[in-house]
Amino acid sequence: MDQETLKQEILNQLREAAPDADPDSLEADTPFRDQFEMDSVDFLNFVLGLEKRLGVSIPEYDYPQLASLEGARYYLTEKLG
Amino acid sequence: MIREKGCPVSLVSPARTDDPWAAARAALEGLPDGGLNMAWEAADRHARERPRAIAVRWTAPDGRAGCVTYGALAERAARFAGALEALGIAPGTSVFGLLERGPAQVTAILGSLRAGAVYAPLFPEFGPEPLQTRLAGGRAAAVVTSVALWKRRLSKVIDGLDPRPEVLVADADGDPPAGTHDLRALMDAAEPCTLPVATGPESPAFLQFTSGTTGQPKGALHVHEALVAQHETARSVLGLTPDDVFWCTADPGWVTGLVYGVLAPLSVGCTVVVDTGDFDARRWLHLLGEERVTVWYTTPTAVRLLRRAGVDFVRGHGFPHLRRMFSVGEPLDATAVRFGEEAFGLPFRDTWWQTETGAIMIANAAGDMVTPGAMGRPVPGIHAAIAHKRDDGGLDFVHAPDTVGDLVLWPDWPSRFRGYLDAPERTTRCFADGWYITGDLARRDAEGRFWFVGRADDVIKASGHLVSPFEVESALLAHPAVAEAAATGRPDPVAGQLVIAHVALNPDYAPTDEQRRALLAHARKRLGAALAPREILFRDAMPKTRSGKIQRRVLQAEDPGSAAETPATQG
Repeated sequence: MDQETLKQEILNQLREAAPDADPDSLEADTPFRDQFEMDSVDFLNFVLGLEKRLGVSIPEYDYPQLASLEGARYYLTEKLG
Repeated sequence: MIREKGCPVSLVSPARTDDPWAAARAALEGLPDGGLNMAWEAADRHARERPRAIAVRWTAPDGRAGCVTYGALAERAARFAGALEALGIAPGTSVFGLLERGPAQVTAILGSLRAGAVYAPLFPEFGPEPLQTRLAGGRAAAVVTSVALWKRRLSKVIDGLDPRPEVLVADADGDPPAGTHDLRALMDAAEPCTLPVATGPESPAFLQFTSGTTGQPKGALHVHEALVAQHETARSVLGLTPDDVFWCTADPGWVTGLVYGVLAPLSVGCTVVVDTGDFDARRWLHLLGEERVTVWYTTPTAVRLLRRAGVDFVRGHGFPHLRRMFSVGEPLDATAVRFGEEAFGLPFRDTWWQTETGAIMIANAAGDMVTPGAMGRPVPGIHAAIAHKRDDGGLDFVHAPDTVGDLVLWPDWPSRFRGYLDAPERTTRCFADGWYITGDLARRDAEGRFWFVGRADDVIKASGHLVSPFEVESALLAHPAVAEAAATGRPDPVAGQLVIAHVALNPDYAPTDEQRRALLAHARKRLGAALAPREILFRDAMPKTRSGKIQRRVLQAEDPGSAAETPATQG
């Protein structure tokens, strides 16, 4: 999967888990939680949704690595690669 | 002044010669000139006897960490009280805390109590509507906050409050935002209050908002005497001693974090661990070992998240110091109790209480055999029973074991709330035949253990926190597309319950995916993630009673998602 497609997949899942997030103003390196409303249940739904969408398995203890757009993109690139 | 307006219910217990709380009362020191002040018991008392003992050890995900001795904590609380005095915040008025977890928050809590103010905690994840409702309902005289929370939350609602509260910013660092005060500068300049304001056992101490099915959230008012039961249960239920390192993961914006994260363990004199970060399986397990935590108090949601990480992953960490683990907030299912034994070598012990009870009432206490899935037994001094409410308002007691009914408690105990602020009729409704009606349904087995069954009302319990359907519905109804709205709980394997909104749209609006997302976004912006619905279900019409009331129970039963995995309550 190319980087742009992956980024779009992540943003689409983010829109599902946190519909008030604005992808256009998102800072890639800043944790999602510092930018818009997102609690632990939203975050869990975000990660579970990514697992389903991309057909990967993400262990619970790796979740914190997906806390920002850049973090998620990096982690999933490794995982999918 | 924050006072209950004359509790209309007689709460005087029949004359009794044996006061089951006499020993617990005697265990507190009291103020030098008589009277009782929570901050004195939680800080000064230990500062005098063991000034260099560590009161708070805090740690942040970015690696920052620090500790505060009892001596320093008492000094900070005294300066904080001095700062409030300098600003003209009078004893008996309310000081709200909108703060991240950390040492500044502990200072704000104890400093407010020391100044004789009524401390009112706010959860940092509340959106503008819940914040506005609570600040106005609690008649905020001052709000203590951080730069980040000021920018993101408080600055958006503060000008809608009349009178506008004073705003104290804890981390302003010499450059407070316009319209706020630099708390540290005020504390440096303040004359420390060497002695707390002369509060008595019945002086108001804290105001904790909680949710009901109807109407705005209620401010449950507690008095300084509540510490008698809080201190006693910290010792008898949690088994805390001054040598313990205690970590309560609940946010002090909720009652558990305030009472058992700060007040009760500090009154015992142990070391309290404060983590400023959110749940992170790897880091939390590391902290348990690294901080040498001996007693841990957490939530079923955290336990269920840890279970997802797996027994082997947990076992891979070492907790040689951990002696006991407790859980609170919603029923702890038997598999979660057993997970504790498998992964940690210790069971999770369930405890039950609520905002109004002010302290743990029913528990699998330290030293007791743990019954997986049960709430446990009433703590000494607490009389609990199962009853059915009659139509005439009286109670019929259930004596047969394993029969479901209302869980009721007999007053009086020291930490009973003294009433809902400005809502005496709502306070009255909580009592029948002199008993306090908890709103929870439970059963008692033949051995005298209690088992949680559910809520008697429509309040939703999401991640252990009560969410009012009314608050959620009000936010949705403010959207032009919404004709009718109802909020219900859906069973969830991690959060216990999720908030689900059922919506009937106005003509001209279509139930599209885009509309669904727009409504979710609208609700989240107003309510914050903690209270907002996670899902919108569109309906053409709402099921209603003959009198026109929406039947939430019918909606809940018809929710296609409610067949999802339900946490087992027993077995």
